[in-house]
Amino acid sequence: MTNDIVIDVRDYNLYYGDFHALLDVNLSIKKKSVTAIIGPSGCGKSTLLRGLNRMNDLIDQVRVTGEIFIEGKPIYAEKRDLVELRKKVGMVFQRPNPFPLSVYENVAFGLRLHSHLSKEEVAQKVEESLKAVALWKELKDKLKAPALRLSGEQQQRLCIARLAAMSADIFLMDEPCSALDPVATQHIEELIRVLKEDYTIVIVTHNMAQAARVSDETAYFYLGKLIEMGPTDQIFTRPARKETEDYITGRFG
Amino acid sequence: MIRISAKWTERIAFFFLLVSTLIIIIPVILITVMIIQKGLPAMNLEFLTESPRLGMRAGGIFPAILGTVYLVLGTMVFALPIGILAAIYLSEYARDNWLTRAIDLAIVNLAGVPSVVYGLFGLGLFVIFLNFGTSILAGSLTLAIMSLPVIITASREALGTVPQSFREVSLALGATRWQTIRRVVLPNALPGIMTGTVLALSRAAGETAPILFTVAAFYLPKLPQSVFDQCMALPYHLYVIATQVPKIKPHVQYGTALVLIVMVLVMNLSAILIRAHFRKKKHW
Ligand SMILES: Nc1ncnc2c1ncn2[C@@H]1O[C@H](COP(=O)(O)OP(=O)(O)OP(=O)(O)O)[C@@H](O)[C@H]1O
Ligand SMILES: [Mg+2]
Repeated sequence: MTNDIVIDVRDYNLYYGDFHALLDVNLSIKKKSVTAIIGPSGCGKSTLLRGLNRMNDLIDQVRVTGEIFIEGKPIYAEKRDLVELRKKVGMVFQRPNPFPLSVYENVAFGLRLHSHLSKEEVAQKVEESLKAVALWKELKDKLKAPALRLSGEQQQRLCIARLAAMSADIFLMDEPCSALDPVATQHIEELIRVLKEDYTIVIVTHNMAQAARVSDETAYFYLGKLIEMGPTDQIFTRPARKETEDYITGRFG
Repeated sequence: MIRISAKWTERIAFFFLLVSTLIIIIPVILITVMIIQKGLPAMNLEFLTESPRLGMRAGGIFPAILGTVYLVLGTMVFALPIGILAAIYLSEYARDNWLTRAIDLAIVNLAGVPSVVYGLFGLGLFVIFLNFGTSILAGSLTLAIMSLPVIITASREALGTVPQSFREVSLALGATRWQTIRRVVLPNALPGIMTGTVLALSRAAGETAPILFTVAAFYLPKLPQSVFDQCMALPYHLYVIATQVPKIKPHVQYGTALVLIVMVLVMNLSAILIRAHFRKKKHW
């Protein structure tokens, strides 16, 4: 294992009650890369993603075996601090979901939870984070406006800014564009390419073209198993496994 | 058998539905009109600010108004925090197990207990056992217990309307459960909680039976000095002057009723305004 690996999933199994949703998953994700997770509906993409920041813990009857290392530290270790984990590993949901607060308060939300910054420092962070998601120009005069009045794309950007403000290093994105129109989708994809300079991104998508466009690595899941993972161009042009090829070509054709 | 055409059944249904609705409104209108008409002549500054005189046939009803205000405030002090905290526990923390279901059942049943039973319970527990005597404290506690099920139920409903995704997002941002409740859930549930609470309190303001044995006084020469004193209260005062005082002028009785109704209506109205105000601000 090199220092480049930030996420390392080892023999990971997840059960919803009796239902075995993830089977012996092993994969590693490199720092400052974009990894796409693809596969048919119900194959466990969201489950894996929610495993990475332990959001599955909120569901009753979830049981896990194996381990996930984030920056070398096991996240299922007994005394693991979930607050610290979730600060580091932020999540962007399918539907943009800002709080019914102002633009400013949305971005500052995480800061206020985790730090005792002065007013100026908070303002500074909010500005930086909005700049990071290319919202600052549009919104710098509307910081007090309710976030829920923004367009879907702006809301989704805002949700990413909210994570950036907390200094998250890893962004988990579960179909972040599926509620957006094609133009907005394109903008978010551009943003992902920019964010890659500083952040590690794991994105779940049903859109093969999107996976091909934004990701460096692609992982194909089927029925809870990781079938194949590798560099995106290789997965899309010369997949090693027949199932992967069928899925990808089926999706394209 | 006679067959009635669909058109006619429709008309008949409409007729009965309309009549039933009108039957509901008639008493409301009659009560209001009657009380205003007969009570208004009693309204003047003396009636609202002075103590009763001449065996309550003259003077004002100020001690009863003040007593009811004290009791409502006292009820709020006890019922509001306990009700909200219990509702938070039940809807945000409690798992669905037999204990939670038993508590649910208890709350539903508590809401159905007749108010005179609360009165007796208050007498037994607060007045006698805890030795608070007939006092504002005992009366407030009794009314608080009576209001709790309503407050808890309304608060739980309000908490339930806060979208689950808000909680998820907040937790995903590294907030603890309590931070999530404090910063995300409660602010969004507050209007509903406040509305339910005010309605519960307005009901408490008008109750007679629970205060009968626990606090209400027939007549007091002085205003209460502490929570261990008795006080007069509007509903009980109304009962007294309606049944125990011969040869009283009716406008005194109706005037008292009018004051009570106005107090209750003002509370209900403020609940409605709170709800309307926040509904406008809500965007999801
Ligand atoms: N809370 C839950 N309780 C029980 N089973 C669940 C739960 N959540 C998901 N599952 C099951 O686990 C499997 C994987 O679900 P998951 O949501 O991870 O799929 P997905 O790959 O994200 O699908 P989609 O593409 O539709 O989002 C599915 O069969 C689903 O029915
Ligand atoms: Mg999913």
